[in-house]
Amino acid sequence: MTPMAVRTREGSTPDNANEVARSSGPRHDALGLSLDDVKRMYRLMLMTRLVSERILQLNRMGRTPFGAGTDGHEAAQIGAAWCIRPGKDWTVPYYRDMGVSFVLGFTALDEFRAVLGKATDTNSAGRAMLNMFSSPERRVLSRSVLVGTEFPHAVGLALALRNRKEDKCVVFAFGGEASTSPGDFHEAANFASIHKLPVVFVIENNLLAISTRFEKQMAVANVADRAAAYAMPGHIADGMDVLDSYEKTRLAADHARAGKGPALVELKCYRYQPHTSDDDDSRYRTKQEVEEWKARDPVKRGREYLLGAGASEPDLEAIRVELANEIEKAIAQAESEPDPRPEDALTHVYAEGTPRPDGTRA
Amino acid sequence: MSVQPAVRAEGEKPATREMFYAEALGDALRLEMRRDPNVLVFGEDIAQHGGAFGVTKGLLDEFGPKRIRNTPISEIGIVGAAVGAALTGLRPVVELMYVDFAGLAMDQVVNQAAQNRFMFGGQARVPMVLRTQGGSGRGNAAQHSKSLEAWFAHVAGLKLVMPATPADAKGLLASAIRDDNPVIFLEHKLLYRTKGDVPVGEHLLPLGTADVKRQGRDLTIVTWSREVVFALEAADNLAAEGIEAEVLDLRTLVPLDKETILASIRKTHRALVVHEAIKRAGYGAEIVSLIVEEAFDRAAKELAS
Ligand SMILES: Cc1ncc(C[n+]2csc(CCOP(=O)(O)OP(=O)(O)O)c2C)c(N)n1
Repeated sequence: MTPMAVRTREGSTPDNANEVARSSGPRHDALGLSLDDVKRMYRLMLMTRLVSERILQLNRMGRTPFGAGTDGHEAAQIGAAWCIRPGKDWTVPYYRDMGVSFVLGFTALDEFRAVLGKATDTNSAGRAMLNMFSSPERRVLSRSVLVGTEFPHAVGLALALRNRKEDKCVVFAFGGEASTSPGDFHEAANFASIHKLPVVFVIENNLLAISTRFEKQMAVANVADRAAAYAMPGHIADGMDVLDSYEKTRLAADHARAGKGPALVELKCYRYQPHTSDDDDSRYRTKQEVEEWKARDPVKRGREYLLGAGASEPDLEAIRVELANEIEKAIAQAESEPDPRPEDALTHVYAEGTPRPDGTRA
Repeated sequence: MSVQPAVRAEGEKPATREMFYAEALGDALRLEMRRDPNVLVFGEDIAQHGGAFGVTKGLLDEFGPKRIRNTPISEIGIVGAAVGAALTGLRPVVELMYVDFAGLAMDQVVNQAAQNRFMFGGQARVPMVLRTQGGSGRGNAAQHSKSLEAWFAHVAGLKLVMPATPADAKGLLASAIRDDNPVIFLEHKLLYRTKGDVPVGEHLLPLGTADVKRQGRDLTIVTWSREVVFALEAADNLAAEGIEAEVLDLRTLVPLDKETILASIRKTHRALVVHEAIKRAGYGAEIVSLIVEEAFDRAAKELAS
């Protein structure tokens, strides 16, 4: 499948990738975003790109054990996550969602602590693989490395929100296209739909699950086609465009917020890097395919959009320099911090302490 | 079905080639697929990618997409389809990337693959192999590092194989494929890049025979999978102190080669069980219980005399 030939289906939201590229200026206005919002979106896209590149560089230098690149997913992640209301909505990100975490307030330092498995890692104190985000304060549910297994958790969360009458709050459940293959996804979607639970399924379709191509992952033409089976809306966005990703995710989120039940949005994007630092992608794709997608690079497009809308080159350069400094500082800081202690390896197997009346523990 | 090693003239040593554990497994798959058109392989990323640990590398080129099939991420589907295919006479060898994912497919393993034959009075056969890998030590964190052999060992109807060396990996996988029962074949993620001499060509090792990896008179170390490597190292260290440890590699946990274990204990009167897993209700406890039930009296008596 070539990048330009995004497959559509009858009745689906028309793909307007090219329209976005053509029009400039007022498009964010129409979406209710200020130019400053778009600048902040761009900043987070660039931050995601730069952090991802540094993780993989450090891995090749033997300074990190493992990496999983985000490159190519920035617009999908930042655009979709822009719909999340921090502290109100819950998020269940997946392992490629570094950009989502940055929108939710995670920092480069948080990321490098986790990548390096430091005791100071706020997700897991150095116990988890990278990008296993967890933050009760930010309403980010700790997730699973087993693909698709957290969709039912998202449904349970939505159930809890309903029962607690947090009526306008929704759950954003992220995954790659292949996460919609296991039964977990289908059981979750069916359950949520029957009970009209506010779950937004955000699916980043990068066409590949390690080596397995989209066509061998599902027989439908779009992930969004699956939504019909559960009587929920399924939107398709150009996941290489941050505004389109935002707009289509908004449609899904508004549906869930209005109490109409779950909705799905499919963000069509592409992964530039190998699946992880352990993967050799030359076994299953050509360099040319990667280059074709890079021609629509979301970070580059974000930059062009901003320049067209009145931002200046020095403005954008200042953002880059500031980010680069922040990232280098974060790496140095994280590398200087202690590793987990062996004697702590067996803590937290069971809940410890006595419950207090408010449910917290001594 | 009984499996006999290829007949060889006495004293004749089989030709061997040094191979990685992963390569030896691939060799067994290749030879069995050439031998029997009913053997087919499916799983996630096992085709052009060659599998997460490279075991199926090159098989797609030789056998084509009908017999080497990539599946979607669908652990229930993979194991369930293997059960169905096996019931109709194929010999599927399916791969789950990590044993930690077996939980997703456990109904298909426990209620379906293991019990079909029993439930239908022996009418059905489920000749399938479920290959996967476990163990820790690669920094893969909680959901990619477990040792779950005790789960499978507890289920009647399954065989359970855990090879430690490249040669054993090849010989046991070939026999597992020819076996008419569902066989759980547990590899270790840190053994794939270990090397050893492997017999060239057909190489079959019967399921249910332990292997004395080192002879000794003072102590029996009963172990399997990657711990064999450590046990042999420990035995070297003990030898420097004048203690001769016998290292017994179980190779197959079900069926269990009780005779070899008991014979060794009767010789050494001392047993040490070493394995990588949660100790509580682990398979090591099964070995200790066997020794206490069947060798303790005699050992105690002989010690007393
Ligand atoms: C249940 C389960 N099966 C298999 C795997 C191994 N695995 C890890 S990531 C992956 C591909 C996932 O692809 P997708 O969901 O599309 O996300 P992407 O990595 O492309 O972003 C696979 C097969 C796993 N982690 N969990």
